[in-house]
Amino acid sequence: MALDKNGIARRIAQELRHGWYVNLGIGIPTLVANYIPEGIDVEFQSENGILGMGPFPFEGEESADLINAGKQTVTLRKGACIFDSALSFAMIRGQHVQLTVLGAMEVSQNGDIANWKIPGKMVKGMGGAMDLVASAENIIVAMIHANKAGESKLLKKCSLPLTGVGCVKRIVSDLAVLDVKDNKFHLVERAPGVSVEEIIRLTEGDLVVPESVPEMNI
Amino acid sequence: MNKRVKNVEEACLGIQDGMTLMLGGFGLCGIPENCIGQLVKMKVKNLVCISNNAGVDDFGLGLLLQNRQIRKMVSSYVGENEEFERQMLSGELEVDLIPQGSLAERCRAGGAGIPAFYTPAGFGTEIAVGKEMKMYNGKPHILESALTADFAIVKAWKGDTEGNLIYKDTARNFNPLMAMAGKITIAEVEELVKPGDLDPNFIHTPGIFVQRIFQGEKYEKRIEQRTVRPRK
Repeated sequence: MALDKNGIARRIAQELRHGWYVNLGIGIPTLVANYIPEGIDVEFQSENGILGMGPFPFEGEESADLINAGKQTVTLRKGACIFDSALSFAMIRGQHVQLTVLGAMEVSQNGDIANWKIPGKMVKGMGGAMDLVASAENIIVAMIHANKAGESKLLKKCSLPLTGVGCVKRIVSDLAVLDVKDNKFHLVERAPGVSVEEIIRLTEGDLVVPESVPEMNI
Repeated sequence: MNKRVKNVEEACLGIQDGMTLMLGGFGLCGIPENCIGQLVKMKVKNLVCISNNAGVDDFGLGLLLQNRQIRKMVSSYVGENEEFERQMLSGELEVDLIPQGSLAERCRAGGAGIPAFYTPAGFGTEIAVGKEMKMYNGKPHILESALTADFAIVKAWKGDTEGNLIYKDTARNFNPLMAMAGKITIAEVEELVKPGDLDPNFIHTPGIFVQRIFQGEKYEKRIEQRTVRPRK
C-alpha cells in the first residue's frame, strides 16, 4: 500500500537528528512536526521569521500576528525568537539550518527540482523555495511518486521550470525512499506492501535497485 | 524629531500615479491596512507594488488589484488570489517573481547603500536569465540588484513620534527591510506613544528610517488560514 501524506511525514521524521534546526515547507513537510521521534530535540524554523515554532494554537488563542510561512496560525515554543525576513534567509543562505524538507512536482535524476510554476496554468511563485534549495546542505523532498494517470514525477529531466539544480539528496515518496547521486535514483527502502516492480514501473529516471530493498519501518 | 502626521490622508500625501511602492507584510500578516484603504480612495493607478504577496481577493493588496490600480507586482508568492492569477495569465498585470530571500535582501540592500550582491538562489532557473553569474567557493551565484521605492509603507505594533518602531510577532517580516528602502517611509502603528515610552533596547526599526508616522484608525487583522487544535 502506498503511504498517505501522514505516512510520508512519519518516514521523513526518522531523518531528524538531535540538535538540528529544520525548515519545513508547505503541505506534507509541515506534517513532519507531528512525528518527531522520542528523545530528539529539533527546532523548527519558519522563513517568515520564527525559530522555535510550536503547534497550532488552541481554539480561541489564535493570533493574526503569529503565522507560519504557509500563513497558518501557529504558536511559539518556550525560548523561541522572532526576526525579519532578511535575517531569516541569512540563517538559510548561511547554512545555519541543517535540514530543509519541501514538496516537489518533479525531481530529476541529477537532483533538479521543480515546484513553483506550471507555465500558462498555475503560477503561485517560488516563495522561499529557491533560496532554500540553493543553500541547504541537506534537502529531503516529500512527494507523490506518480500522478493519477501513472506518469512518473521522478524523471530523467524535469519538464517544468526549475526551482533549483542538482540539489536534492533524498526523496521520500508514497512508494519509496530514494537517494539521488551519480546522476541516478537509488532505491533505499520501499513502502510497506509496495513491490520493487511497481517502483521500477513508476520511476521514469534511471533507477539503481540493490539486491535487497528493505521495507520502511514506520 | 517629530514625524507624526495627523492621519492616513496626510500620511499618503504625494503618492502619485506610476510610482513604485513597497508594502510590508507576509500574507495578510503585518500589512498596512489603513494606507492600503487610503490608496483605494485616492484612486492612484499604474502603481508598481513591491510586496512579498498580493493579498487575497477582497483584502490587502487584492483591493488595489480589483480596481486595476497596480501595473506591476514584484513578489515571491502570489497564490490564493484568483483575480491576481487571472490578470497575470491574461497579461494585464506585469509580474516579477523573486525568490523570497533575494527579495528581502534586495530591500535591505536598497536601504543599506549596497547596490547589488551575489546569491546562489535561483541559479540555473529562469530567474537567473540575463543576470551576471560568478563562482564563489566553487559554487555558482547570480547578481541581484538592490530595490528602493518612492514610498515604503510599513505597519508596526508600537511606534513613537520619533518614528521608532516595534513589531509584534511575525508581523515583522518584510516591514523593517522595506522601512529602510523608501525615499519616504510611512509607518502606521496600532499604538503611537511619546518619546521615551519605548525602551531603546527593544526598538526594531530606528526612527531615522521613518519620515511619517500615525496611529491607524482601526485594524481588522484578518487571518488568512485559521488553524487550531481542539482543547483537550
